[in-house]
Amino acid sequence: MNATALIAEDEPLLAAALQAELSRAWPGLRVLATVGHGAAAVEQALALKPQVLFLDIRMPGVSGLEAALQLAEEWPEAGPDAAPFPAIVFVTAYDQYAVQAFEAQAVDYLLKPVQSERLARTVQRVQQVLAQRNPADVAAPLEHTLTQLRALLAPAVAASPSEPLRVIQASVGQQIRLVPIDEVLVFEAADKYVRVLTASEELLIRTPLKDLTPQLDASLFWQIHRGTVVRATAIHSVSRDEAGKLSLRLRGRTESWPVSRLYAGQFKAM
Amino acid sequence: MTLHPESPLLRWLPADSRRGVTQRMGIVWAVALLIALFQWGSGHKNHSLDASLVYSYAISTAIWFLTDPGRIALHRLLGTKGPHYWALSLRMMAYLLAGVVVGYTLGTLVGDAYTGHSTWELLAISPWRFFGFWLSTLGISVGFLFSFYQRARNQDLQRQATEARLKLLETQLEPHMLFNTLANLRALIATDPPRAIRMLDRLNDYLRATLRASRTDGSTGSHTLADEFARLRDYLELMAVRMGPRLSYTLDLPEALQRHPVPPLLLQPLVENAIRHGLEPKLDGGRIDVRASADGTGQLLLEVIDTGVGMDATSAPQSGSGFGLSQVRERVASLPGGTGRVELSTRPGQGAAVRIHLPLNTTPQPAA
Repeated sequence: MNATALIAEDEPLLAAALQAELSRAWPGLRVLATVGHGAAAVEQALALKPQVLFLDIRMPGVSGLEAALQLAEEWPEAGPDAAPFPAIVFVTAYDQYAVQAFEAQAVDYLLKPVQSERLARTVQRVQQVLAQRNPADVAAPLEHTLTQLRALLAPAVAASPSEPLRVIQASVGQQIRLVPIDEVLVFEAADKYVRVLTASEELLIRTPLKDLTPQLDASLFWQIHRGTVVRATAIHSVSRDEAGKLSLRLRGRTESWPVSRLYAGQFKAM
Repeated sequence: MTLHPESPLLRWLPADSRRGVTQRMGIVWAVALLIALFQWGSGHKNHSLDASLVYSYAISTAIWFLTDPGRIALHRLLGTKGPHYWALSLRMMAYLLAGVVVGYTLGTLVGDAYTGHSTWELLAISPWRFFGFWLSTLGISVGFLFSFYQRARNQDLQRQATEARLKLLETQLEPHMLFNTLANLRALIATDPPRAIRMLDRLNDYLRATLRASRTDGSTGSHTLADEFARLRDYLELMAVRMGPRLSYTLDLPEALQRHPVPPLLLQPLVENAIRHGLEPKLDGGRIDVRASADGTGQLLLEVIDTGVGMDATSAPQSGSGFGLSQVRERVASLPGGTGRVELSTRPGQGAAVRIHLPLNTTPQPAA
């Protein structure tokens, strides 16, 4: 079986060794490129559209898991660039991540040092996955990936405390401003802060968005992007552009917010 | 002759303190028997053997109960930190003294009820005898409390030392580092056997040094700067194979300082921090410079400088990252003389520099 692959591994000897082992275990596999960090993995995967992606988990900058998430976000599922989402194999030196990575839609994972027999089994599994794919259905692999990513992110949402947040306290100069949660329309991550938008004003708080979300009533506030949580009742409309990207408008605000693929599933006509 | 630690009578105590409580109860009861026999044997005319036993056991048990399980309960009630170590606060001292007084009174009442005598009448008849009893009770109680305190303290110190050693092992033998190194070795065996052998030798020396340092408490054993720099070279060479062109380093140890003694693996955590938190997150890596020098003021200066991502010095270090530095600070502070100090200077994007100032040892250490 012929296929194309991309290897993302920050240690040069290990990248070369994996490529050498792969050439023995899967002669029909063509390694398109080898990259040394997560950001390059996303960029090169988008440019080269490999069928298989070997992702080291611990890499400088963007980690392997984050790279998989970003890639699922930016992968073109429609238009001239459309291609099936690559089958991902995570590679890690320590299996603390293995289970998590496996659930995060990896087809398989490899433990370093990579052993020939184990690699042969992975190759078999990847070939199986690729063979089962329907070439006409470009969206299915990505949809599959998104489903699994949603499942991976779900446990964090389930652990919400009994008492939801009622008031936001933001420091403005020498003052602490109190804003009832009922007035908040949007929480938006911005660098080290979170922007809190109401119909008339904008405040900054230091609590990270990931600590804030569990304190919010999930039926009132919807996550629409990694960095954005909006009030569901304030949403005016959601629209899709030519590239298939979703964006959202709120009542009482003029800007539009991008909706990530991961959270697009909650917008369906009744 | 004591309670079993799992006894339902002790259910209300924290699980990790039950065994200690029953052990101390056993000791107290054994001594109570000796006191009763001594009292009886000293031929005090009012006391038969059974009366002596009742007084001795009632008083010792009451005092023990109030000062031992009672102390633990109070400890918990106040929410004081440190379950085993007795914080010698004024409040705790006052409580213990009150425990001895109340325990003595309760125990004496029980004894009086058994014999039908009144010890309080003794206060009127022969106050000196009464105060003699009372003082010996106080003395014995204080003796007990002090020795129990010492025991708890020693156990705690031992536990801390063990924990520190484990922590060192844990960071040095971090699985990610170990398995990646082995993976690199595996790759080299196929492509470059002579280099694989050199790498294996480095790994060997690194593991040996780590295990040795985890067995001694770090302050013993003669270890020179030359040894320390050799271990750093092992580690940096291992990392250089792994990181390839992303890591470059220099080690600068002047001839005159080679024999200077240092605590084993003092600089190691700093170099590891520089790699893990400085260079590893940086896409194109960087450089680490380790230098030893004698500054003009008779001090030894050890520097670990990296060109990594640096950090916000005001923000608390992330979990794990602070360990290396705080451990080095503790070790430097505990060195004889106590004049050493550790400085960290870093800014986001500007790398990090740790400088250790130690008193210069002018008497050259004999080679180990």
